[in-house]
Amino acid sequence: MLELREISRRFGSVLANDAVTLTIRPGAIHAIVGENGAGKSTAMRIAYGFYRPDSGTIAVDGQPVDFRSPHDAIAAGIGMVHQHFMLVENMTVTENIILGAEPGGIAVGFRSAEERIRKLSADFGLAIDPQALIEDLSVGQQQRVELLKALYRDAAILILDEPTAVLTPQEVDELFAILSSMRERGKSIVMITHKLSEVLAISDEVTVMRDGKVVGHRLTSETSAAELARLMVGREVLLRVEKGDAHPAAVVLSVRDLRVRAGGTERLRGASLEVKAGEIVGIAGVEGNGQTELIEAIAGLTPRGAVSGSIELDGVDIARLTPRQRRELGMTHVPEDRHRRGLLLDFDLEENSILGVQTSPELNRGGIFLDGDAVRRRAEAIIRDFDVRPPVPELPARSLSGGNQQKLVIGRELEGGPKVLLVSQPTRGVDIGAIEFIHRKLIEMRDAGCAILLVSAELEEVTSLSDRLLVIREGEIVGEVDPRTTPVATLGLMMTSRGRASA
Amino acid sequence: MKILRPLAMPLAAIAAAFILGAVVVLMIGDDPIETYALLIGSALSWPDGIGYTLFYATPLIFTGLAVALALHAGLLNIGAEGQLYMGAFAAAWVGITFAGWPGWALIPAAMIASMFAGGLWGAIPGYLKARFGAHEVINTIMLNFIAVALTNYFVQYHYREPGDAIMQTREIGEGAHITRLGEFIPGLPTRIPLSIAFFLALLACAAVWVFLRKTRWGYEIRATGANPAAAEYGGIRTGRQIILAMTLSGALAGMVGIGEVLGYRYRFYDGFSPGYGFTAIAVALLGRRHPVGVLLAALLFGALIRGGLFVDIFTEKVSKDLVLVLQAIIILFVACGSAFRFPFGKRARGKI
Repeated sequence: MLELREISRRFGSVLANDAVTLTIRPGAIHAIVGENGAGKSTAMRIAYGFYRPDSGTIAVDGQPVDFRSPHDAIAAGIGMVHQHFMLVENMTVTENIILGAEPGGIAVGFRSAEERIRKLSADFGLAIDPQALIEDLSVGQQQRVELLKALYRDAAILILDEPTAVLTPQEVDELFAILSSMRERGKSIVMITHKLSEVLAISDEVTVMRDGKVVGHRLTSETSAAELARLMVGREVLLRVEKGDAHPAAVVLSVRDLRVRAGGTERLRGASLEVKAGEIVGIAGVEGNGQTELIEAIAGLTPRGAVSGSIELDGVDIARLTPRQRRELGMTHVPEDRHRRGLLLDFDLEENSILGVQTSPELNRGGIFLDGDAVRRRAEAIIRDFDVRPPVPELPARSLSGGNQQKLVIGRELEGGPKVLLVSQPTRGVDIGAIEFIHRKLIEMRDAGCAILLVSAELEEVTSLSDRLLVIREGEIVGEVDPRTTPVATLGLMMTSRGRASA
Repeated sequence: MKILRPLAMPLAAIAAAFILGAVVVLMIGDDPIETYALLIGSALSWPDGIGYTLFYATPLIFTGLAVALALHAGLLNIGAEGQLYMGAFAAAWVGITFAGWPGWALIPAAMIASMFAGGLWGAIPGYLKARFGAHEVINTIMLNFIAVALTNYFVQYHYREPGDAIMQTREIGEGAHITRLGEFIPGLPTRIPLSIAFFLALLACAAVWVFLRKTRWGYEIRATGANPAAAEYGGIRTGRQIILAMTLSGALAGMVGIGEVLGYRYRFYDGFSPGYGFTAIAVALLGRRHPVGVLLAALLFGALIRGGLFVDIFTEKVSKDLVLVLQAIIILFVACGSAFRFPFGKRARGKI
């Protein structure tokens, strides 16, 4: 049993945890939900000895403990599986698991370690070969190696940070089965997440955090998604995407046999698709199957020599045009990673609001001078229409929360009504309130006649927003389905090829 | 108060430098208060102190702006020294070759030549960076050697006064002389080589600020420096911005030739720069890349150069190297300051 009692932790001026009290019971799965920055990860990192609390105590089995580092936490029977795995790619499962806890004296006792791992794997239904190389394993299998690592160290309490973020639907089901078997064997499991459907599917109890505080604790059987969402956001939230039927018109974007080579391999292998005005075409797929390459190639961001195939916008071949020329023809792009591509984090909101349109005549005077008033009007319009908070154009983009940064980027790309909109991961790392808002704006854009190509790793998002859904796998579009009628399981099967050996 | 905040770090660095410098003076065995009184007094006396302080500050403003502008594009231009040699020689070359021209044509021609030559010397590493990804630090350093050697060669074999033992070119035409401020400021003697180049430097500060903040090109250069991937996404051709920034940077450094050749020696003097192009890096950092900051930092460093000469002569043991010590400590603290700031910034934006 793990208890956090009145834990507080401050980072600079931010009170990340404010008197957080939590009890993790043995033999139960405890979900911790909350928006980004609510303090979930901080609380768990304190429990794992990463940070020390400013005040408050941690107790394991009723005994107060003082963790100076994760070492102490591991010794006390706590294990953590991070969102980003910490595995050595070119070493075997066994080598990874015993890393830092090698049995034997000078000679490493590989044989006994391997035996133990094999047994643990069988006991919990993990199906992991101790001799396999990490780089040969799928993401889901790698996650199970992380679980094994904790089990090998006799963890009684397992903390999982957003464990399903990187998994396919099938892998999520498998993970949940594993977690259930762990629960049966008396382990305590803490799962940080922001997906309410998963909370309801697997957990026994759930704690909701907001602004560093615990704002609610419920037994899962006695709560609902709507209640949890309300607790997380602090107001009523619409969880379903409300949209009418699409009224597709003429084809605006037409891509034929698009191929992208990078690092000696073909990442996109002859993708063809069409997007009509007034429809949202979604691309579903496991991340890293060519979605990024597809969008960046259409936007013109891939080095020209690496791309072949045709891209037409309103019948004009744009495959050889620069990103600026494509923008001038009415194509805008919400990039998958707003920090890498979408924003100039140290620039203020005003300057960020003109990225991509800085050359437009409306914003310039006399050739090269930016029109300060016009720039400001544009920034203010985006801030107002897209509810960017705080609404201060002079603030650096860095100071905004993820959701507000994303609203700024989306506002910038939607302002002025593009003909074609490329959207990647529109709600990644964005809180529920903002997700609802962004989805509504995308539907509005569609209804205004924009052709939207949407890529998202969130199946729920891509199925609920799209009017047509394409499935991508290993750089190829492997099929088109109706997002309203296709079951998630079918989609999952299409997204993952059967024999991984072909990869 | 809002204006004071960006000044806090540089002022702290300067204060720390003076305190540590006092310890150094004490250890050498002189009186720090007397030494500083001498340093500051001789730099601010009228007319010689102020006249020379501004004279020394002029090339530092040009080169400081050059380094600052490149920094905004994410480039470290260590080549201002080479660029200013090329610019100064080009100005002298025009002044010598077209010596007979009237001033209204010769002066602008010499000025443009200095900018052009400096700009070319900046454009080369810019192009190499944009086209091949060759690091600008390496290339600008190497081009410094080439510039010094090249101008030395021209002086030695082509433009030296026959029979003159000093390594300097012939004099430029009368028409190329620019006005010294002593000619119209009462009380300022014309022997002080402070010329209208100083006003040109002030103008350059304003121009660089307007360029960076108010023009589309400045925006694109800054975006390239702040986040090349985002700039590319925003339709900016980052390679072009790199070349443009390095060209403008070089042109600014080349303008040093205007004051030094057209306003001071009236010829190109081999090895005339005491490292203005390198001090410029300190000026740009202390000035936090801002044109006004560069101006203030250049004035400070100009005063230090002027005062240092007096410290050298009139103190018993301390030499003018005290100024180098002060500069070094200032740079150290400014560099530490940014090193301290960045990790905190990163943590603050990490996931909570």
